[in-house]
Amino acid sequence: MSKRSVADLKIGERAIIRSFNDQLMSLKLLEMGCLPGAEVCIHCKAPLGDPICLNVSGYCLSMRRSEAATILIDN
Amino acid sequence: MWPAYQAEYCESRRGTAYTNLKTSPVIALVGNPNAGKSSLFNQLTGLRQKTGNFPGVTVDKKSGPWPIDAQTEAIVVDLPGVYSIYPKSLDEQIVTDILANPQHPDYPDVAVVVVDASNLRRNLLLFTQIADLGVPVVLALNMLDVAKKQHQEVNAVKLAMRLGVPVVRINARTGEGLDQLKKAVVTQLNEPTLPRQLFFDPAEQVGELIADTKGSYQLKNNYLALQYVIQHDGFSFLDQQQRRGLDSIIDRYRFSEPEFQASETITRYQRIADVIADAVVDRRPIDQPTWSQRLDRILLHPVWGYAIFAFILLLIFQAIFAWAQPFMDAIDSGVAWLNGTLKEQLPDGPLTDLLTDGILAGIGGILVFIPQIAFLFFLIALLEESGYMSRVMVIMDRIMRKFGLNGRSVVPLISGVACAVPAIMATRSIGTRRDRLITILVTPLMSCSARLPIYTILIALVVPRQQIFGFFNLQGLALMGLYLLGLFSALLSAYVLKLVLRSKERSFFIMELPTFKLPRWNHVGLTVWESVRSFVWEAGRVILAISVVLWVLASYGPGDDMQQAEERVRRQSAGLSTEQLENQVASQRLEASYAGHFGHFIEPVIKPLGYDWKIGIALLSSFAAREVFVGTMSTIYSIGSGDDDDGTTIRERLRSERNPDTGGPMYTPALAFSLLIFYVFAMMCMSTLAATQRETRSWKWPAVQLIYMSALAYVAAFLTYQVLS
Repeated sequence: MSKRSVADLKIGERAIIRSFNDQLMSLKLLEMGCLPGAEVCIHCKAPLGDPICLNVSGYCLSMRRSEAATILIDN
Repeated sequence: MWPAYQAEYCESRRGTAYTNLKTSPVIALVGNPNAGKSSLFNQLTGLRQKTGNFPGVTVDKKSGPWPIDAQTEAIVVDLPGVYSIYPKSLDEQIVTDILANPQHPDYPDVAVVVVDASNLRRNLLLFTQIADLGVPVVLALNMLDVAKKQHQEVNAVKLAMRLGVPVVRINARTGEGLDQLKKAVVTQLNEPTLPRQLFFDPAEQVGELIADTKGSYQLKNNYLALQYVIQHDGFSFLDQQQRRGLDSIIDRYRFSEPEFQASETITRYQRIADVIADAVVDRRPIDQPTWSQRLDRILLHPVWGYAIFAFILLLIFQAIFAWAQPFMDAIDSGVAWLNGTLKEQLPDGPLTDLLTDGILAGIGGILVFIPQIAFLFFLIALLEESGYMSRVMVIMDRIMRKFGLNGRSVVPLISGVACAVPAIMATRSIGTRRDRLITILVTPLMSCSARLPIYTILIALVVPRQQIFGFFNLQGLALMGLYLLGLFSALLSAYVLKLVLRSKERSFFIMELPTFKLPRWNHVGLTVWESVRSFVWEAGRVILAISVVLWVLASYGPGDDMQQAEERVRRQSAGLSTEQLENQVASQRLEASYAGHFGHFIEPVIKPLGYDWKIGIALLSSFAAREVFVGTMSTIYSIGSGDDDDGTTIRERLRSERNPDTGGPMYTPALAFSLLIFYVFAMMCMSTLAATQRETRSWKWPAVQLIYMSALAYVAAFLTYQVLS
């Protein structure tokens, strides 16, 4: 089964971050508080679904779909 | 315009600890973006703050005095907001460059780390990194009221015990807790207390690498040694040999920087979680969307999001054009009255002429645009302050990406409407090199406030003042059309540049969306005051100088050309009334002057665009700064129309100007639109070219900018004139 990422989530859906598949991107995401084990929730999407806005550890981050796709989640 | 911010203070100072002998200790404010750093900075320094540059780089540096006791005035330096000590853009680099280099002139005696209490976890990441670098710190716990509203209680005493540093509760918006902050800073200055051990000690995992680095570079601090290893390519204070030495250390220990950095971040967050479990009581309900999030659903909505953005832009143009009008009229007539009075009261002569036609005409041309600039910066500051600007970046990212830009390019492009110089400086937050370069190259196509005077006058000449739909006036819409033309040409140019400039670098767009806030009116006020002040002073000085030079050039000619011209007119036109005769004389004299010679010299080049030699003079003089155009026109036409028109304004003078070939009005719609289009595209601003040169560190890009924009301007103005006439 293919791994799901944050980019696959629907608005309002929650998930737990498991790992990252892109080292360079993961450094930035970690510093912004996207930690393995943290819960994320998509809170809205820009027109056409890109970029997306997600809630993680109590604040809101926006990122492109391609960036969100590097955050893998538990199924 | 807005010529480069010059570093206003630069003291040669120490790298040693603070002693009581020194009168100006340096206090740096550090923190995450949106943690309240600038609020605190404004509270501490108020109107005494200065904007300058950090030495060697063109990052805006805000600093100001803060009296901490009877004898001592500290210098507070506001550092750019960062999420960690590992920089992701040029702006962020400066923070690491200063804090890792005790020899840096801005290296702080005490760093005040401003922390958002409602977001403690992520804010403490940066805090623990800074404390680990060995800088004496004070933790300023801000936004406790927000945390409380979210049902979080932060225990400052426990936090101080766990972190081993002084913690002060403040409210940067209201100024509460500043006395305690001052006490804590003074204590840290006199006897610095550092945490007993590092929060994260790299030697626990890579002891030999750290020991080796410390030995080779005479470092005392383990974490600083780690920064040397990981970041040495970015540190401007290391030379080539030192960098090579660090490269070989990395090779020797087979050290993987990204892996170590990732594990550092995760370890820090784990330890921070322990601290927070001890010091914070969190009773946040899990599933409750905040009003900020509900607002986001509307502002980022596929239809409403863009509609609201478009409406806000329209509002800005209405404000600039319609609402500012009464203020401008008042200033305009005030200057005209003063000019008339001076001419009556003072004895006739060249000095009076210089004062009225030269200097006062020039100053009037500047002052009249203060209302528009104030309105523009007021509204932009409101958008920034409220948090709306980052929503605009989100909805625009996808569109911008198509044109080789980035959601973050929206801020430079919108600020470009005010002035291209700060806008180009604002591109530093764009982490990707190519996105940033393209943004820099196209930003000057956005119509800046210096073009506004030209637009205003020419539109008022040829577009009727009519209301449509009862609300928008036709002149406002014409103005908006010119701004849109600038925007679309910027986007198209970006698209072309995207095809030309290939790059393998990845583009990033991870960004925090701040919660919506009520604007801090003192910040808004400061922004407006600063922009008006720098317009009047920086641009004003240039305009004034050029007005005076121009007056001289227009009043004197080579040899006795001007006398001959005058005598010729008086001989030939004996039958004219005195008034007509004086006008003829004045305009013949102008034509024979130095300025007239210059104008005639370039007339063949600009004739196809519909311009005569008088406009030629204005074009030439505005080459260095386009806002000079209007001042020049005022000077030329007040000289060229005799002495009997006291009290008329530049607009009336232009309207009454006749075309000597046709006998009709000189300023036909074809000519006015050709000029308007020319100024939409033309790169007539030395300050912008200088900013591009500084930011790209090459002469190639400003040259590219100058050439492509000038070509665009000439061709577009030519087409406009030929089609309309």
